[in-house]
Amino acid sequence: MTIAEAGAALATSKISAVELTAAHNDAIAALNPRLNAFITTTPELALSQAKAADARLKAGSAGPLTGIPLAIKDLFCTAGIRTTAGSKILSPFVPPYESTVTQQLLDAGTVFLGKVNLDEFAMGSANITSAYGTVENPWKRNGSDAKLVPGGSSGGSAAAVAARLAMGATGTDTGGSIRQPAAFTGLAGIKPTYGRCSRYGIIAFSSSLDQAGPMARTVEDCAILLQAMAGFDPKDSTSAERALPDFRAATKGGVRGKKIGIPAEYRMDGMSPEILALWEQGIAWLKAEGAEVREISLPHTKYGLPVYYIVAPAEASSNLARYDGVRFGARVDGEDLIDMYERTRAAGFGAEVKRRIMIGTYVLSAGYYDAYYLRAQKIRALILRDFETAFADVDAILTPTAPSAAFGLGEKMDDPVTMYLNDVFTVPASLAGVPAMSVPAGLSAEGLPLGLQVIGKHFDEETVLSVSAALERAAGFSALPTIRAGASA
Amino acid sequence: MSLDTATVRRIAKLARIRVDDAEVATLQTELNAILGYVEQLNEVNVDGVAPLTGGAQMAMRLREDVRTDGEIAEKILANAPDRVDHFFAVPKVVE
Amino acid sequence: MSSYLLQGNTGTWEIVVGLEVHAQVISEAKLFSGASATYGGAPNAHVSFVDAGFPGMLPVINRECVAQAVRTGLGLRAQINLVSRFDRKNYFYADLPNGYQISQFTHPVVGTGVVEIELQDGTIKQIGITRLHLEQDAGKSMHDQHASKSVIDLNRAGVGLMEIVSEPDIRSPEEAGAYLRKIRQIVRYLGTCDGNMEEGSMRADVNVSVRKAGEEFRTRCEIKNVNSVRFVMHAVEAEAQRQIAVWESGGVVEQETRLYDPAKGETRSMRSKEDAHDYRYFPEPDLLPLVLEQDWVDSLAAGLPELPDDKRRRFCEQYGITFYDAGVLTADQITADFYETVAKGRDAKLAANWISGDFFAALNRTGKTIETSPVSALALGQLLDLISDQTINGRIAKDVFEEMVETGAMPSAIVEAKGLRQVTDTGAIDAAVTAVLAANQDKVAEYKSGKDKLFGFFVGQVMKAMAGKGNPALVNEAVKKQLG
Repeated sequence: MTIAEAGAALATSKISAVELTAAHNDAIAALNPRLNAFITTTPELALSQAKAADARLKAGSAGPLTGIPLAIKDLFCTAGIRTTAGSKILSPFVPPYESTVTQQLLDAGTVFLGKVNLDEFAMGSANITSAYGTVENPWKRNGSDAKLVPGGSSGGSAAAVAARLAMGATGTDTGGSIRQPAAFTGLAGIKPTYGRCSRYGIIAFSSSLDQAGPMARTVEDCAILLQAMAGFDPKDSTSAERALPDFRAATKGGVRGKKIGIPAEYRMDGMSPEILALWEQGIAWLKAEGAEVREISLPHTKYGLPVYYIVAPAEASSNLARYDGVRFGARVDGEDLIDMYERTRAAGFGAEVKRRIMIGTYVLSAGYYDAYYLRAQKIRALILRDFETAFADVDAILTPTAPSAAFGLGEKMDDPVTMYLNDVFTVPASLAGVPAMSVPAGLSAEGLPLGLQVIGKHFDEETVLSVSAALERAAGFSALPTIRAGASA
Repeated sequence: MSLDTATVRRIAKLARIRVDDAEVATLQTELNAILGYVEQLNEVNVDGVAPLTGGAQMAMRLREDVRTDGEIAEKILANAPDRVDHFFAVPKVVE
Repeated sequence: MSSYLLQGNTGTWEIVVGLEVHAQVISEAKLFSGASATYGGAPNAHVSFVDAGFPGMLPVINRECVAQAVRTGLGLRAQINLVSRFDRKNYFYADLPNGYQISQFTHPVVGTGVVEIELQDGTIKQIGITRLHLEQDAGKSMHDQHASKSVIDLNRAGVGLMEIVSEPDIRSPEEAGAYLRKIRQIVRYLGTCDGNMEEGSMRADVNVSVRKAGEEFRTRCEIKNVNSVRFVMHAVEAEAQRQIAVWESGGVVEQETRLYDPAKGETRSMRSKEDAHDYRYFPEPDLLPLVLEQDWVDSLAAGLPELPDDKRRRFCEQYGITFYDAGVLTADQITADFYETVAKGRDAKLAANWISGDFFAALNRTGKTIETSPVSALALGQLLDLISDQTINGRIAKDVFEEMVETGAMPSAIVEAKGLRQVTDTGAIDAAVTAVLAANQDKVAEYKSGKDKLFGFFVGQVMKAMAGKGNPALVNEAVKKQLG
């Protein structure tokens, strides 16, 4: 059942919010011990929210999300509910405030089932850096029971929604953290334009890149969620003061006459033929739906990833300086203040976070700033210019979401750079701040979901949603993960 | 550019992260791999290019000068690992 | 202007000083949060989650703080940059909640300007302003409240600060003191900072180096957080002497951060900040560029009060008082306003003399300020009127003034109640003179034999006989006439 369908059923009293929530609480209780998608579950709170939702439904003051049970990435601060960012250093942290995005979802009457797992401070592409354990992808390769990663950093969000433990989830995307796990788990997920969703109350990884967005089983569900999550917030200086379009209506827009760009530079050496074939299929579908497809060039694409691995760690090294054991979070005592800092941070941060703090500290340090950080920001400007040039001619861009399907736990771990290559297709849109969405478009030969990515102009999520919805209709993706609520295990 | 162990230690010091000898060696290898990877940025001609400094391309909004926050000392201190009355407490600093 | 040189064993040394003045912005709320910017308060009361650097918290800039920085820039006759940016200055300290300070490093809101300082010998010197930028204040660490712990109060964390950086144009402790006083005077006039150095709302980092005549600059040391004009002057002197001793003993002055210890009158190295030099500045990604409209800047300029230098020049021209007196009377806005209220429509020089003389002396003696003065500008003005219209003479006016200081009463009421009107009845004066001369026949004889100085004695005796109320001119005239 999709959010759209559940909303209709709730509105017509075919089901109650309490029933819907209880079913999800039960599914979590049954499957979470295996999947480890949730770090914290809040079943009682969810039920009380569901009761309130039922009252609202009865009173006729309900919206399309009233009573819909969601999973919240544990990067969104939730008042009175522990928020860890997947890090040991925040294990005791209970925020006394609510993030703007989750507050807007609460105001819409949604039900929060709990806080879902993620790579520590959202740094990762496989949900293997969390201090609260890895998350298992509910999908399996044909004939294999090997554990696969759900992607990351929003891996808990992806696993929870794919396994039907939640109807939708919030994610955050800094370099692909919504789109890549969505692709790995057969979901739709959109990273809106930078500035579309408030960052207030979302634990920062890289401030100039972080964006919140929804993950759900359909493009329409994402649109419904985005409508509630997005909007201007005076508490975030980078939030855009713009009216919101009707995102759900945009999913019905179709692609007739739309110009779709195919960037030559995304055809990379050694790319899986399967991914290339899927991409060709996507082009064919859009043509069939009446879109005009043309080759475009985004010349600086290959530099996106190295730029990202300078800019994001640089900002992170500064954003994570506040975790010092003084005002909140875990502390390890020391002989003096500096010793206390060093012990606290050594014990509180995991290896990947330390690596990125170190790289970020280095590229900002005296004598290296110009060579690394400043040069990276200049090339970032060129990447933005590439998109602006392309968007003078096309309405949207179609690419694969990730270079491969979900991989096994323990694979691609030889060195950090191999892992970073997961984000090669998603990072450029993040650097340019443009909206991008992943749609499930097919299965790999091994039976794993593959995603296509639609990239749009700044603040043109409507076109992204309409193109994505067209792909979704054409693909007719109906495969289900092996591990899911209601399936006999 | 390649990092030596002294630089790794200096960076760790600057980042306030305690590292032992084994970690220094691992970090040195990993950080050099990352720095080697980003080396390709030197191929790009960036003459005359203005750096992109933020995610959003607009001017900043200014808020009005009104007191809307604060006076919540108990909430501010509720998560503190150590406190003395309404102060945060840290190991004694000698200036 | 005599140059200030220090004598060492190897010759004379010149001092080179630049000041970074940190001036807390007067505003209701903090620079990037809605918490109160008021001084003091219970520990951690004026603190929001933004100020305490909680996860996910974001800065939003306060328009008034920007306006105050622009006003100050205009007051320093400096360039206002319509586009400026914020950067993060990264370092760890217990009272720096985010692990970085939001500041303006590469693109400050105010560019180059100039201030004029006046030295004791009356010379005017121009000191260049390099820049003024906006930044957040840090919190406060206290090390003496607990036996084994330092404690942190974040009330001040996030309050807007203007950092005003001077060129290294200062060449003596006196100039350093005059410069700091001038900056304080300007911000107080503008209402952009209260200039209260005791409460820490204004403090200075002092960069000092020494050199021999004609040399390039040598290595400088930065003395942090000096919190009075006097200490700045002492710190410059002490640090210069220290550096000269280092150079002359064959050593090398290391660039470092030092603290001034007023009790010992010396500077010492700040070990705790030793490894904090790599600040890793980069553009603050949580904020966008600060873009100002020229119209807005113009409207702030139009709303500026008259600046002290302009006021001083106007006082000289409009009131005909000396440049020195004008300096005293324009030292601060309240004094200047007080003076203008008293001087308006009256003898402006007399007003200047009364205010800088008896009035200031009375404030000093009673420990009062203009705001708490028992003598209002209205009352002092009335006293001057009573003198001008000859209701009382100058001698009686002093007594009346003392009475005003003591009781706060209006001068006219005191004059009426005590019958202090001056006597202008020539008959009464003549009678008093006749009586005095009759009683002092011997002195009259001496006077007539050439001892002219006794004239004053007769006048004094007559005034005494008239209880001081005689019109001095008429008394003079009558004495002269009767002595023949």
